[in-house]
Amino acid sequence: MTPQEWGLYEYIFNGVAALLTLCIFSFLYKDNPFYKFAERLVAGVATGYFTMLLFWTNFMDKVYDPLKAGQWWYIFPAVLGVMMWTRFSKKWAWVSRYSIAFYIGIGSGVSITVYLYTYLFKQLQATIGFPITMDIAGLNQFLVIIAVLSALVYFFFSTPHKGALGFVSKIGIYVIMICFGAGFGLTVMGRVALLVNRVIFLKGYLIQLFGG
Amino acid sequence: MNIFQKMMQIDRRWVYLAIGLAVIIPSIKSFDVPVTVSPEVKRIYDFVDSLQAGDYVFICVDYDPSSMAELNPMAVAIVNQAFVKDLKAIFVTLSQFGPGLVEQITSQLAANHNKINGVDYAFLGYRPYPAITILAMGVDFSVPFPQDYYGTPLDSLPVMNGIKNFDDVKGVIEITSGNTADFWLIYGNGRYGFPLAIGITGVMSANYYQYLSSGQLFGIIPGVKGAAEYEELVGFPGEGKAQMAYQVIAHSVIIIFIIISNVAYFATRKRKAGLEGGNQ
Repeated sequence: MTPQEWGLYEYIFNGVAALLTLCIFSFLYKDNPFYKFAERLVAGVATGYFTMLLFWTNFMDKVYDPLKAGQWWYIFPAVLGVMMWTRFSKKWAWVSRYSIAFYIGIGSGVSITVYLYTYLFKQLQATIGFPITMDIAGLNQFLVIIAVLSALVYFFFSTPHKGALGFVSKIGIYVIMICFGAGFGLTVMGRVALLVNRVIFLKGYLIQLFGG
Repeated sequence: MNIFQKMMQIDRRWVYLAIGLAVIIPSIKSFDVPVTVSPEVKRIYDFVDSLQAGDYVFICVDYDPSSMAELNPMAVAIVNQAFVKDLKAIFVTLSQFGPGLVEQITSQLAANHNKINGVDYAFLGYRPYPAITILAMGVDFSVPFPQDYYGTPLDSLPVMNGIKNFDDVKGVIEITSGNTADFWLIYGNGRYGFPLAIGITGVMSANYYQYLSSGQLFGIIPGVKGAAEYEELVGFPGEGKAQMAYQVIAHSVIIIFIIISNVAYFATRKRKAGLEGGNQ
């Protein structure tokens, strides 16, 4: 890592970023005012940024500009959106139900078929739709079927998990634990990546300040 | 109190310190870690590699700065490959903090590869409500995005000439740290049937492999390890590959802690059971 050409702007803003990184890390020792400051600064900046982004990329683009251009029908979704805000009033809260009904109605109509297709039919097809052959792929397919069925049995609470059902349920819990283990390993990798990214950033800033 | 009981009561800050030191060591003296490429990552590389110059690829950057460490390396590697192949890239973000990241990636890499915004690639911008946006883009990109992120009408962008919706792109690569991957699966692949691949954080990875075996996804880049694999394939070693040395040391320390804590746990449990048995 070698120093790059930086102007005053880069030194100041990267310095602020380095300082805020250390403020957040200070929580690892214990809660303190520096951590609280950095945490609230992030929340505040994020809220302000998001609000203005929505205003410029949605209200202006999708309400103000079309109405100004004479596309009057854009007033309907805008009014439905404003009706949502009546929830703040006890007297007028019922008005918001029309917006919610509209939203849920459209959402359900659009989603139900594609949800079933994506999450149920395609997954079911992938689980049972392939022949079990006498090779590695076949063994894998066989294990998939065993894993799915045993994990489902584990969540079947209508009968006590005894005897054969208890045995299958026990396989199910091992399957679930293997899945959690894989998830845990990948989570550790993700969290370490965040730490490493900050360490690389701090190292780069120090090299920039004092030379490599 | 024996050594195992002391280990069970160790202050967690010592563990943090150990991990911190473990991560600092490679930053003083780094080393190269060989990266084995997984088939699910290779498939995405092969897909992009098989496209012809001028073909369109749709890249959705749906993450925020808190996931940059894992996802930026893979986004950079994919865009690098697309620009080297002279593909036309369409960028969209469905994450509110995505626009800045897309601008950062595209401006930096476009300068490196002499690509021009609006001619070689387009950044359509951000819209909330991923489901509605994806469904609308399936009809016409200009429905949710009448203008690009910089305010230029889509029909005046040379790169958008002759393309209307997902039918005109060869595939979609979604890089995400959230549930937008599900929206792309349901409303994108499920509704319009285009080839879809995802780059995701390590935390999410275990939840998406079933879509790979069902054919709903043609590839997955899981976390920073996947990013390092992609960088290896593309031939642009970046932050993903650089992180591997740190990951090896940090994981080794964590594994040692897991072994020690399990030994201490079982030893103290056995002792506790013995004491309780003696009291009865």
